[in-house]
Amino acid sequence: MKLKLKIWRQKNADTNGGIVNYDIDNISPDMSFLEMLDVLNADLISKDEEPVSFDHDCREGICGSCSLFINGQAHGPDRRITTCQLHMRKFKDGDTIYIEPFRAKAFPVIKDLVVDRSAFDRIQQSGGYISVNTSGNTQDANSIPINKDDADTAFDAATCIGCGACVATCKNSSAMLFVGAKVSQYSLLPQGKTEASRRVMNMVNQMDLEGFGNCSNTGACEVECPKGISLDNIARMNRELMKASVKK
Amino acid sequence: MSKNLIVLIFVLQIILMKNFLFTSIGKKFAMALSAIFLMIFLLQHFLINITSVFSESLFNWLSHFMGTNPLVQFILQPVLIAGVIFHFIMGFFLEIQNRRATKYEYHKDRGGANSTWMSRNMIWSGLVILSFLVLHFIDFWIPEMNHKYVEFLPDDPNRYHHELVEKFQDPYKVVFYCVSFVLLSLHLLHGFSSSLKSMGTNKSYASSVKNVSYAYSIGIPLGFCFIAIFHHFSH
Repeated sequence: MKLKLKIWRQKNADTNGGIVNYDIDNISPDMSFLEMLDVLNADLISKDEEPVSFDHDCREGICGSCSLFINGQAHGPDRRITTCQLHMRKFKDGDTIYIEPFRAKAFPVIKDLVVDRSAFDRIQQSGGYISVNTSGNTQDANSIPINKDDADTAFDAATCIGCGACVATCKNSSAMLFVGAKVSQYSLLPQGKTEASRRVMNMVNQMDLEGFGNCSNTGACEVECPKGISLDNIARMNRELMKASVKK
Repeated sequence: MSKNLIVLIFVLQIILMKNFLFTSIGKKFAMALSAIFLMIFLLQHFLINITSVFSESLFNWLSHFMGTNPLVQFILQPVLIAGVIFHFIMGFFLEIQNRRATKYEYHKDRGGANSTWMSRNMIWSGLVILSFLVLHFIDFWIPEMNHKYVEFLPDDPNRYHHELVEKFQDPYKVVFYCVSFVLLSLHLLHGFSSSLKSMGTNKSYASSVKNVSYAYSIGIPLGFCFIAIFHHFSH
């Protein structure tokens, strides 16, 4: 395959970036998208040019490291996959492909296609956990009876890998799908209910402090989410926050 | 009854909570609450207006009641105006806040691949509705206020139908009304279900909400268009 790439290049966070054109040849349809970028980088290095920086780690769709806004969509044109799971067979020979970093005020560009998603870490640190006594007397989670529907819904929410595609695709750069998934994951389980009020209030406050936008229920995040996290998690978070505010 | 009272107390308690209302979710909740209030008003407005098509006397009676009842005039009307102003100001405020959060635009963005046009353009359909409301106020509300509270003209319970028909004789006005109602329909097609989601509606109601949303969002604006066109051609 022969492709024309239009890639966002930016030296660092303090400089302005821009789209740079690259022509690439001999791309196999069986290559993953990141492998195609590896080929491009090998070519750039051989020409003594600066390779394109991009995030990646497991390349199995689990870690949430890879990002990229490809041809106007987070993680590219396929559904329920991350960029590392996207294959070149999704494109045609001669295609022009736009590759941009995830965009949001809360996700500043570090270099080229790499963005700083530590805002998600700070939201998690503000309440996305369950406090347990680790002195050796911790109750075995399997001994606590849990309604099957709640367990399944909590597990669905827990599949969120925190990649940030929801923020990148949202016209408001809202992080509510991510926060909603984390809030739901714990609030549905008996172990998480004890800290449910404090958790949702702290996480929502931190989300607002990070500068994410408001959710306007367009549903774009749900469609682009590689793990299919449902919009229902946002509605559940809204209910949890209301309950927590009433209790306070 | 007691269940409704508990729900009312719950809602009032939420409204009074500053901590909640100043969060991003609280702002959306307030926006949704004002939207639901306006949708209830719109339904009531439609139910009165549609009577003008089949009964001149009933329309006159209802309009006279609404126009002279002190509860409607001095309590409900100011609350309605406050609701309309709040909805527009909050809409602009949230739009500005969201644009600040977005900061950068993509060179290529296929928004249509994952969301509807209506959901992405609420601010634009809202602006058309706002311009329509300005015309609507100039057309009906300001002359009505002038009639009753400025010039103190004599009370005529039979003037309403005649005045309504007269307003719809201008074809340009009818066209502008109909275009505005199409935009209102698009606004409601997203806004109806979105407001309920913002208020935390359980997913078990999703199917019912979708059906009621479609029926309301298409039916009410279409009904208003019909009223305007009917009076234009039948008189």
